[in-house]
Amino acid sequence: MKSTKTILTGAALSLVAGSAFAGSHMASEMTIVSWGGAYSKSQLNAYHNPYSEMTGVTILNDDSSSTAVAKLRAMNEAGNITWDVVDVEAAPAMQLCDEGLAMVIDPDTMLAAAPDGTPASEDFGDMLVSECFIPQIVYSTTFGYRTDLVGDTAPTSVCDVFDTAAYPGKRSLFSVPINTMEWALLCDGVAKSDIYDTLETEEGQDRALAKLDTIKDDVIWVSAGSDTPQLLADGEVIMGATYNGRLFSLIEEQKQPVAMIWDGQVMDLDGWIIPAGLSPERQARALDYIMFATDTQRLADQAKWISYGPARKSSAPLVGKHADLGIDMAPHMPTAPENLSRAFLMNYDFWADYRDDLDAKFQAWLAK
Amino acid sequence: MSASTNTEPMLSADGKPLKQSLARALRRQKIRALLLIAPLLIFIFIAFILPIISMLFRSVENDIVATTLPQTVAALETWDSSTGELPDEAVYAAFASDIQKAAKAKVHTKVGLRLNYEQSGIASLFKKTARKAKKWDMETDGPFKEKLIDVHKGWGKIETWQTLKVHSSNYTSGYFLNAIDMRKTADGPEFQPENKQILLTLFGRTLIMSLIITGSCLLFGYPVAWLLANLPMRQANLLMILVLLPFWTSLLVRTSAWKVMLQQQGVINDVLVNLGLVSDGARLVMINNEIGTIVAMTHILLPFMILPMYSVMQTIPPSYVRAAKSLGATNTTAFWRVYFPQSVPGIGAGSILVFILAIGYYITPEIVGGTKGVFISNRIAYHILRSLNWGLAAALGTILLVAVLILYWTYDKIVGIDNVKLGG
Repeated sequence: MKSTKTILTGAALSLVAGSAFAGSHMASEMTIVSWGGAYSKSQLNAYHNPYSEMTGVTILNDDSSSTAVAKLRAMNEAGNITWDVVDVEAAPAMQLCDEGLAMVIDPDTMLAAAPDGTPASEDFGDMLVSECFIPQIVYSTTFGYRTDLVGDTAPTSVCDVFDTAAYPGKRSLFSVPINTMEWALLCDGVAKSDIYDTLETEEGQDRALAKLDTIKDDVIWVSAGSDTPQLLADGEVIMGATYNGRLFSLIEEQKQPVAMIWDGQVMDLDGWIIPAGLSPERQARALDYIMFATDTQRLADQAKWISYGPARKSSAPLVGKHADLGIDMAPHMPTAPENLSRAFLMNYDFWADYRDDLDAKFQAWLAK
Repeated sequence: MSASTNTEPMLSADGKPLKQSLARALRRQKIRALLLIAPLLIFIFIAFILPIISMLFRSVENDIVATTLPQTVAALETWDSSTGELPDEAVYAAFASDIQKAAKAKVHTKVGLRLNYEQSGIASLFKKTARKAKKWDMETDGPFKEKLIDVHKGWGKIETWQTLKVHSSNYTSGYFLNAIDMRKTADGPEFQPENKQILLTLFGRTLIMSLIITGSCLLFGYPVAWLLANLPMRQANLLMILVLLPFWTSLLVRTSAWKVMLQQQGVINDVLVNLGLVSDGARLVMINNEIGTIVAMTHILLPFMILPMYSVMQTIPPSYVRAAKSLGATNTTAFWRVYFPQSVPGIGAGSILVFILAIGYYITPEIVGGTKGVFISNRIAYHILRSLNWGLAAALGTILLVAVLILYWTYDKIVGIDNVKLGG
C-alpha cells in the first residue's frame, strides 16, 4: 500500500517538476552504464522502462561496466564525466569510493525505505560494503556441468572439478587468480576459514598453484563470462565456471543438458555508484533514478528476468516467477537457503592487496 | 644582398636580383602548401601525437608519492635504509601528518595503490592507517612511531620504509624495470623472483609469433597476388572481391568463426573424425594456443599482404619473363632471376605492414590465444583496464614502439626503405 503511495507521489511530483521546471532541476537525459546482455535486459525491463515511462527521461545505455574504473579515472582526469549511474561489482565500487571518484550515499535519506518502514540501511544491512555503493543483486561464480558427458555419478562438489580420474575431459576456468586459487586450496584440504591466511604466504600460493598443476592440461582458460556457457553448449568442456545467471539462462532458457554445482559458489555483490563531480541537475536526476530503481519492488522485479538475488531483505519474499518461462525463481537464487549453505565468501580486502602480485604469479604460471 | 661582385647579378622584371625573387616565390609556395595541410597537421598533432606523448610520459612519471607525502619524503632523505634500523620519530611524525592531510583530501588510496604495485599489502596498510589518522591531533597525540606500529605492524617493518624511499623520486625507472621483469630496490635494480617473470617471455613470444604470421601471410599471399596480377580482367576482378570480402567483414565475426572451425568439437575435427583420420578420443587441439592465434591472424592479416604485393606485381611487364624464357631460361630460373626480384618491393611493403600490425594485435589473441597464444598487447590492456597500473602499461607500450622503430630502421639499412612500394 505504502509503496503504491510512494510511487504515486513520486509520479505526481515528477509531473509537477516536468511541467514547471523542465530541465532546470533535473537533467532530462541520463547515461546508465551496465554489463550488457541478459543482465542489461533485466534492468531495462525492471528499472529503465518503468522509470522512463514515469518521468519521460531518455535513458542511454553504455555497456562498459567491465572497464568502468579505468574509464571513470580517465574521465576524471579529463574533467568530463559523461556517465550518470554506473553498475559495478563491490570491489571496484570500493576502489572508486576510496579514490573519491564515486559519490558518498546516505542510505536512509537517498534510498527508499522498505514497504514496512524499515530504513534502507537496515534493509540492505551487510550488503552496504562501501559508503558509495548501492547494492542491487547478489550473484555468484559457480560451476555447471554437462549432464550427458559426466558419466553415471553427477558431480556434487567443487572438488570434482579437480578430480580428473572420476571426471575425465576438459573443464573451463577463468584465467584470473581470484576464485581459482581459493578453490584450489579448498580442494587441497584447507578449511574455508583459513584460505585467505594461507594465500597470504608464499607456501600457500605455491600450494594452490601445485594443486592447479594437477589439472592444468585439462583446463581451457577463459576470460569472459560468456565463454563457459558457449563451451558447455558446444560440448568443448564437461564442466566450467561462470556466473550463475549465465548458467540459468543456458539451462532454463536454452534448454541445454547442463546442471549446476552450487557447492563452493563464491558470492559477490553488484550494484550502482554515482560518479562524483556531476552537475547538480544530473546528480539530482541520478539520485532520483536510484531512489526508484533500488526500492523493494523494483529489486524483486529484476529477478523475473535473471536469476540473481535481490540485495534487499524485504525483496526476497516478493521474488516471483520468471516473466517468460513461468518457473519459480526463488530456488535459482544464489541466496536460496539450500545454495547459500554451500557458499564461500570472497575477501575483498585480501584481493585489494594481493591482486597485482598474485596475478603476475598466476600469469607466469599459466605461461609455463 | 650586396652586389659587390664583379659581374652584375641578374635582375628580374621589378629590378630585384633574380635569385632573391626566385627564393621568395618558392618560399611563398612552400608556405601556401604548408597552410593547405595545416589543418591536417594540427589535427594529427592534437589528436594523435600529443596523447601518445602524454601516455608515454606516464612511464617515468612518479610525482604522486612526493606530492602526497612531502614531509615524509623530505624526512626520509637523511635515513640510511641499509643500516637495518627503522627511521626515527621525526619520519613517523612527518608521515602521520602527511597521511592525515591525504586522508582528508581522499588521495591516500592512490599512493597506496601506487606502492602496492611494488609491495603487496601496502594498499590496505595505507587505507587502515588513514582511517585511524583522520582522528589524530598532531600536537598532542605523539609520539607517532609506536602509534603507527600499533595501527599496523607493517610500519614496524623496514621493507615498508625502503619501498617508500625507493619510490619517492619524481621520475622513476621503476616502471621500465618492471616491464623487463626487474624491480627497483634499495640495493639497485634486481630481477623479479622467477615465479613472477612473465613480460620478457611475452615480448619474445610476440616477436616470434609476429614473424611466423608475417611468413605464413607471405607464403599464402604471394601466389594469390601473382594470380590477381596475371589473370584476365574478369577472373581477376572476381578473385579481388574474394580477397576483399573478408576484409570488409567484422574482425570479431572472423575471429569467432575460427573458433567454430578449430575447436575440438568443431568443423575441422568433426570432418577428420568422420573421415577416420583422427580417433574421437584424440581430437586435435588447435585453438586456445599458439596455433589458434597464428591461423586466425594469418587469415585476418592476409589482405594487408596481398594488396601491396598485387599493386607492385601489376607493374611488372609480362614481357620480361617471356624475354627470359626466349633466351633459354627454364620456368624456375625465369621466375627466380627475373620476376621475383622485381616483386621484392611489394614483399617488403606487405611484410612491414603485416608485421607491425601483428606485433600490436590484441583482440584476436585474446579470443583464440588461450594462455599460450596471447601477446604483450593483452598484458598492456590488462594493466590499462584492470590493474590500472598505467605507468607499467606505458612502459610496455614504449618498449614495443621503440622495438618497432628499431626493426624499421634495421630494415631500412638492410633492404632500403626506397625499395618499398605500396603501388605504381
